[in-house]
Amino acid sequence: MSASAQLPDVEPRFFTRAQWAAFLVPTLVLALVLPLLNAALPAEHLLRPSDFTLNLYGKYATYAVLALGVDLLWGYLGILSLGQALFFALGGYAFGMHLLLMIGKDGQYKSDLPDYMVFLGYKALPGHWEPFYSFPFAAAAVLVVPALVAFVFGWLAFRSRIKGVYLSILTQALTYAAALLFFRNDFGFGGNNGFTDFKRVLGADLNSPATRRGLYLASVLLLAGVFLLYRWLTRAKFGHLMQAIRDGENRVLFSGYATARYKLFVFVLVAAITGVAGALYVPQVGIINPSEMTPEKSLEAVVWVAVGGRGTLLGPILGALFVNALKSWATRAAPELWLYIIGGLFIVVVLFLPGGLISLPAKFRAAWAKLRPPPPAPAAPAAPAGDLHP
Amino acid sequence: MHPILQAEDVTKTFDGFRAINALNFYLFPGELRTVIGPNGAGKSTFFDLLTGRAKPDTGGIEYSPIPDSPATDLTKLNEYEIQRLGIGRKFQTPSVFAEHTVFTNLVLSLKGPRGVFASLFHRLDSSARDRLDALLKLVRLDDKRHWKAGLLSHGEKQWLEIGMLLASEPRVLLVDEPAAGMTDEETHRTGELLLSLAGKHSIVVVEHDMSFVKQISVNGQVTVLHQGSVLCEGKFDDVQSHPKVREVYLGRGKN
Repeated sequence: MSASAQLPDVEPRFFTRAQWAAFLVPTLVLALVLPLLNAALPAEHLLRPSDFTLNLYGKYATYAVLALGVDLLWGYLGILSLGQALFFALGGYAFGMHLLLMIGKDGQYKSDLPDYMVFLGYKALPGHWEPFYSFPFAAAAVLVVPALVAFVFGWLAFRSRIKGVYLSILTQALTYAAALLFFRNDFGFGGNNGFTDFKRVLGADLNSPATRRGLYLASVLLLAGVFLLYRWLTRAKFGHLMQAIRDGENRVLFSGYATARYKLFVFVLVAAITGVAGALYVPQVGIINPSEMTPEKSLEAVVWVAVGGRGTLLGPILGALFVNALKSWATRAAPELWLYIIGGLFIVVVLFLPGGLISLPAKFRAAWAKLRPPPPAPAAPAAPAGDLHP
Repeated sequence: MHPILQAEDVTKTFDGFRAINALNFYLFPGELRTVIGPNGAGKSTFFDLLTGRAKPDTGGIEYSPIPDSPATDLTKLNEYEIQRLGIGRKFQTPSVFAEHTVFTNLVLSLKGPRGVFASLFHRLDSSARDRLDALLKLVRLDDKRHWKAGLLSHGEKQWLEIGMLLASEPRVLLVDEPAAGMTDEETHRTGELLLSLAGKHSIVVVEHDMSFVKQISVNGQVTVLHQGSVLCEGKFDDVQSHPKVREVYLGRGKN
């Protein structure tokens, strides 16, 4: 029996039945059950997820979207971007501008101007702030601003065929430069303190449990949607080309593909989506400042992906949840040790678990199979790999 | 007859070293040309110049796939533009996509639109599937179509890369050391494959293995490169007995 007899050339489904279950069950629990329990049960009920829990999970969901972007670039396309938090923060800033204007006269200084502008002696709102009164405009800016920055940077870098460690260093320099710029008061975005003290979004009170549930729900749905989008993308011929660029860009180039355009497309798409995640993150944590775009933020996202398992779409989500849950615990239990913990975790994963957490079940299965006597199965042909059946 | 590919008076210098020196080269439609030459003779640089990887300092490289229509200046184009015109290149070390199956390797190489959006919404139609089946048989990888290409033997990878080249339906094939790392039997079969492709395609093969060169140059010409220019050109036997060739290349080590 040949390998092709086992794997006929038929289109495999987007998800198998088991995969649909594995996708839908957690999605429904997170998007439906938890918010319902939170809304319906009395505050002290044992089964009620607290407002704090929902808020935390909502924050993790936006982190997971950031991680998925890092992985699409790194795990699939072979571009290690050390500046992805920049796009997250830019989306956050774009939406933060809207949130800041929505405070109205409820700020510290009871002025139409945002507090920091009053404090810094602004006489009037700068012209480029005016359109941000409009929610649709701000929502569009959340996508467009990160995409535009990614486009200009990517166009220059990929056209010049900068790759590997040089590209990584450049992405890190880009986010560092942006952070330095935003730290300056005269850059006009609140300097060191950034934006905070938000009151409402779309007319709803940001401190009300219902609004917080809505933001949490939006974050979970964003994560689910981005997961499906990336799943579709990586299974298309496009996705196979991404991996081909990762494994042998020359061959792709000499096969007639303008690889720079493929890279630019993914880089810009990921930046825009990461911006949306950042925009949902900001109202949930209540603040955006330049520390969100310092290089270590981007590096952390790379660690999430490495720990979870790069080159898979489940890995980055697992990694983002696991590392951030660990961080939440560690920064309370032993705050001064956190950097050692995350550094140690990264080293352990690189040395002993290059496939990340997602590869653990297969490792256990292999270990289990070794312990048991081998079954007298006929020698199978080499394992067929996942095929492209567009 | 008008050459399909011509390089005239081409020079390329790297840090003062003349890798290609006033080179003239003409390839005619349907021809199978073998290029030999000692290490450093400029064979790989020559392929780089033909495929847009490197630009010549002086001289012109022209491609005219259709007789009596204006030729295309290849020195102005980059790698993927030249590939799309119908010039395919096989690298010296087999470069296949190791993590992809043999089948997918061929799908990615299949002639067709190369843009981002075409790749996003690409579907395989039945004629493409038939073509892939035929290619898999041609390069004898039919029973390994679902193997990861990285698991193939060295020789099989070479064949797969030739199959990938053919999948894009090129007019001109530039083949760099196809027999490297192959057993004698595989080498012989590769030679037969190349001979069968001549006529439909115009082919340039760079090779070191002299028995292989003898096999594939049975009807064609052999070009000897030396220090970046053509030392001589002709039938295998004539080239082999050429005194200058014996001096710089074949005769080395005999005195």
